[in-house]
Amino acid sequence: MVRHVLARLGVTAFVAVLLGFFALPMLWLATAPFDAGASIRVSVPEFTLANFRALLVNPFAVGSLVNSAVQAGGAAALVVVLAALAAYALSRVQVPGRDLLLYLLLLMSSIVTGTAAMVPIFELATRLNLIDTHLGVILVVSGGLLPAAIFILKDFTDATPASYEESARVFGASPLQILRHVVVPLIRPGLATIAVWTVANVWGGFLLQFILIRDPGLAPGSVILYTLYTEGGQPDLPLVSAFSLVYSLPVVLMYVFVSGRYGFRFHGGIKR
Amino acid sequence: MGTDAAGLGRGRAMAFILPALVLIGVFLVFPALWTVYLGLTDYRLTGLAAAEPRFVGLDNYAAALTDARFGSSLWLTVQFVLGSAVAGQAVLGFAVAWVARGLRTPVRRAVEGLVLLSWILPGSVVAFLWIALLDRDGGTLNALLNTPGTAWLLDHPMLSIIVFNIWRGTAFSMMLYSAALENVPPSHLETARLAGASTACQLGDVVLPRIKGHVLTNLLLISLWTFNDFTPFLLTAGGPEGRSEILPVYVYAIALNGGRLGAGAAVSFLILLINLVFALIYLRLLRARNAPPTAAAPGGRGPV
Repeated sequence: MVRHVLARLGVTAFVAVLLGFFALPMLWLATAPFDAGASIRVSVPEFTLANFRALLVNPFAVGSLVNSAVQAGGAAALVVVLAALAAYALSRVQVPGRDLLLYLLLLMSSIVTGTAAMVPIFELATRLNLIDTHLGVILVVSGGLLPAAIFILKDFTDATPASYEESARVFGASPLQILRHVVVPLIRPGLATIAVWTVANVWGGFLLQFILIRDPGLAPGSVILYTLYTEGGQPDLPLVSAFSLVYSLPVVLMYVFVSGRYGFRFHGGIKR
Repeated sequence: MGTDAAGLGRGRAMAFILPALVLIGVFLVFPALWTVYLGLTDYRLTGLAAAEPRFVGLDNYAAALTDARFGSSLWLTVQFVLGSAVAGQAVLGFAVAWVARGLRTPVRRAVEGLVLLSWILPGSVVAFLWIALLDRDGGTLNALLNTPGTAWLLDHPMLSIIVFNIWRGTAFSMMLYSAALENVPPSHLETARLAGASTACQLGDVVLPRIKGHVLTNLLLISLWTFNDFTPFLLTAGGPEGRSEILPVYVYAIALNGGRLGAGAAVSFLILLINLVFALIYLRLLRARNAPPTAAAPGGRGPV
C-alpha cells in the first residue's frame, strides 16, 4: 500500500516536472506577441495586437513568409509528382536491379545530410547559377527528400491491391488513364502525407536556405527570423515575437489538421 | 508485387523512375562524390586558390587531424551525441512513453502534445525561445532560479545545447517507444506485477526483450540526426571561443565562413564516413526485421 502511494506520488511529480520542462520555453511564444511591453522575460501580457503591426512595417517579414510558401509549395509539388511516378513504377514493374536501387537510395539519403554536403552543395549551386533563386532551394531540398518519399509511397502502393487496375484494363483503359483515375485516388492519403511532410521539412528548414540564399528579399522565414535576432544589437522583441508566432502557426495547424483527419502521426514513416 | 496490372511496360516504367533519379543523382549523390574530390584540393572561396585549386592529396586530412580545433570539435560532438541523444532523448522518451500509458487521457494528451510541439516548431523559432529563456539579464530561467546575471549560453554552452536538444528531440523517441510498448501484452505485465515484480524487474524481464529492436533503431537514428544537427548554431554559433563548436558548426565556420572549402570538404567526408557506419547498421536492422524505414522528422532532422 505504501509502495503504491509512493509510486503514484513519484509519477505525479515526474509528470509535473515534465510539463514544466516542455512548457517553460514556449510560454514566451504565447505571451510576448500580445504584450504591449514585450520583454525577454515571460510576464502576464498587457494585451495588445500592435506587435503584429510591426510585421507590416518590416521590409522583409511578410515577404519571407511568401518566400517560405513558394519554396515549400514548389518542393512539395516536385517531390509528390516525381516520387509518385517512381514509386508506382517500382511497385508494379519488375525493373532490373530494383532492390539494389532502393537500398542505395535509402543509404544515400541517410548519409548525405545537409551538414555533410553543405560545401559541395554550395559549390554546385554557385556553378549552376542557383544561388539566390527559389529554384535552387527547391531542387536541392527535393533531391534530399525524394528517396524517403519514394520509399513511403512505394509502401502505400504495395499495400493497395492491383485488382482495380486489372479490371480497368479489362474495360480498355490505357495505362495513363488507369494511373490518373484509379491509382491516384487509391494512394491519395499517401500523396497527402508526402506533401505535408515535405512542406513541414522545408518550412522549418534552415541550413540549406541559409547557404543558398544571400538576398534578404528572397530569404524564407527561418533565415529572416535568425537575422532579426542576431543582427544589429538588441533584437526588436515586439517584431521577433509576433513574427515567431505567425511563422510557427502554419506548421502547427497543419499538424493538428493532419493528425485529426487521418489519425496518423507526423512521425516520418508514419505507418507502423 | 511486381504484377504490372496497368500494362505500363518496362520502357514506360523506366521513364517514370528517371526524373526522380536524375534529381537525386545531381543534388544528392553527386555532391557526396564531389566532397571526396574537393577534400583533396586547396580550394578556397576567394583568392588565387579559388581560380586554380591545386591537388594537395591528403594534406587537408593531415591538417585536420593535427588541428587542436578539430580535435576539440570532435570531442564536443561526442559529448553532444552521448549527452543529448543517447542519455537524454532516448531515456526521457522511454520514460514519457512508459508513464503516459498509465495517465488519464487529458493529462496524457497534454504531455504528448507539449513534447510534440517542441519538435514541430521551426528550428529558428525554438532557438530564440531558448535564447530568451536563458538570457543573462532578463531571462525567465534566472528569474525562476533566482540566479540573476548567470549567462548560461556563455558560461555553460555545451550544457545549454545538450539540454536544448533533449527538449527539442525527445518526441521522436517517445513516439517510437509508445508504438513499441503496444507490442508488449498487458497480460504479461499484469502477471509479473501480481508475482510481485518491481517496475525495474518488469522492465528488464518483460518489456526489454520485446522492444530490443526498437531500442537499437531509435539509438541509431537519433544519434545520426544529432550528429548532423545544425540547430545549435542558432543558439551559440559555436561560441564562446569554440566551446560549443560541434562538427557541423565547425565545417560551416571553416568552409563557408572562413572560405577554406577544401579543408571543409575533407571534414565533411569524415562526417559522411561516420554517417555511413550508422546507416549501414540501421539498414541491416531494417532488413532483419523486414520493417519499413522511418523517414525524417519535421523541424529539420532527417535527410535535409
